Amino acid sequence: MIEIRNLSKAFGKKLVLDGLELTVPKGKNTVVIGGSGTGKSVLIKCAVGLLRPDTGEIRIDGQDIIRMDERELVRVRRKFGMLFQGAALFDSMDVGDNVAFALRRLKMVPESHVREVVEEKLSMVGLRDIQRLMPAELSGGMKKRVGLARAIASEPDILLYDEPTTGLDPIMADVINDLIISLRETLGVTSITITHDMASAYKIADQIAMLYKGKIIEVGTPEQIRTTSNPVVAQFVQGRAHGPITDESEEFVRFVSR
Amino acid sequence: MVLDLGAIFTLFLQVVSSSVRPPSEFRNIIKQMEEVGIRSMPVVLVTATFTGMVLALQSYAGFQRFGATSFVGSVVALSITRELGPVFAGLMVSGRVGASMAAELGTMKVTEQIDALITLATNPVKYLVVPRVVAATIVLPILVIFADLLGIVGGYFVSVYLMGANPYVYMSKTYQYLEFKDIYTGLVKASVFGMLIALISCHHGFVAQGGAEGVGRATTRAVVASSMMVLISDYFMTSFMF
Repeated sequence: MIEIRNLSKAFGKKLVLDGLELTVPKGKNTVVIGGSGTGKSVLIKCAVGLLRPDTGEIRIDGQDIIRMDERELVRVRRKFGMLFQGAALFDSMDVGDNVAFALRRLKMVPESHVREVVEEKLSMVGLRDIQRLMPAELSGGMKKRVGLARAIASEPDILLYDEPTTGLDPIMADVINDLIISLRETLGVTSITITHDMASAYKIADQIAMLYKGKIIEVGTPEQIRTTSNPVVAQFVQGRAHGPITDESEEFVRFVSR
Repeated sequence: MVLDLGAIFTLFLQVVSSSVRPPSEFRNIIKQMEEVGIRSMPVVLVTATFTGMVLALQSYAGFQRFGATSFVGSVVALSITRELGPVFAGLMVSGRVGASMAAELGTMKVTEQIDALITLATNPVKYLVVPRVVAATIVLPILVIFADLLGIVGGYFVSVYLMGANPYVYMSKTYQYLEFKDIYTGLVKASVFGMLIALISCHHGFVAQGGAEGVGRATTRAVVASSMMVLISDYFMTSFMF
């Protein structure tokens, strides 16, 4: 279980996260939605310790990771697996070495079994016999799935998905959705997904949280979010160009008002 | 540059502290040594040969004016081993190896591969920077040994076959005034240059931002900063050692 309390992070003068509060229940998929550039990636990076917030606490199973030093943080990170937006595969090594990376670094499996285990993880994401291919030879959907196989290889308790369906065709996007759901069901992982793909969000989420102006303004089940009375959330989930979000945001005022 | 020195020193401390922790990056180090050594060898050898040749040409012509042409051998040997061998090798390696380290790490940074390493329980400094720094520190002196030899050979070739010097005189003067100190100070400089080039280039790669343009910027900065540090540190090391 992950508890985020009063999280703030500024980059220079720009306050990206402003006293953010969120609880991520164990074994469930929490989806964080919000517009581009609203701080969703910053939130997820603070959660895994890639960024250090200015204030607040992030409790992973009771321990506050912000107070930890690098060595303790390394141990906590083993609980996490992360799928990056562009998959972030290591291009100097083949698919097999990519997926096996954590396995080898943590010496989790003897070298003789590595290929076997990698093939197993790849088949969990629906890929076979591609271990010798290089990342540059893969399509976008395949890259994401390899990235996912790499993230789950070390059997983490918590998975983070950074816009998993962005840039994929509708079929591949649904394949990824199904994968995220099945991982929750078969491995019981706790997941945090950030996305602005509402179809994906409704399908995979146990709870949806909306990030706006550095805070979580609403949390609910997909049904609750779909039928919300909050005008800001409603504008976003219904995808309307006019509404409180665009009325307040400078970048839209000039474009929208004609 | 001033701000960077602080960041680079911090990186240096991180390199030192993470290199003593297991697992050892032995295979990565060997791979980097191959990269640095093989990639730089042709360039360094050509540079050294022509440096020796032009040095012989110029000193011969100059010394002719006051009848000291028999000393050309010594001038070439001392200049190459003490200064020109290590410094030119350092500058050439800054360009080739420094640029490729900055570009590789910079590309990894902008495609989130560095972040991915961290989430896969790997310290990026330990995995990426330590092997490069160790490899450069070990390989550059080896390159300079070859550079020294070829520089002297180049000088010999020009003096004897082009300027008509006596080969016996050239070689004996080469040995007569050459001290072991000249050679090993050159090699120590080469090690320090290697370390600086790798540290500076890796640092600029790590802080690259903003896609392809950012990587290009990082590469340019790495080459300029490494080259300058080679020359600046050369002065301070020379004044300290002699």
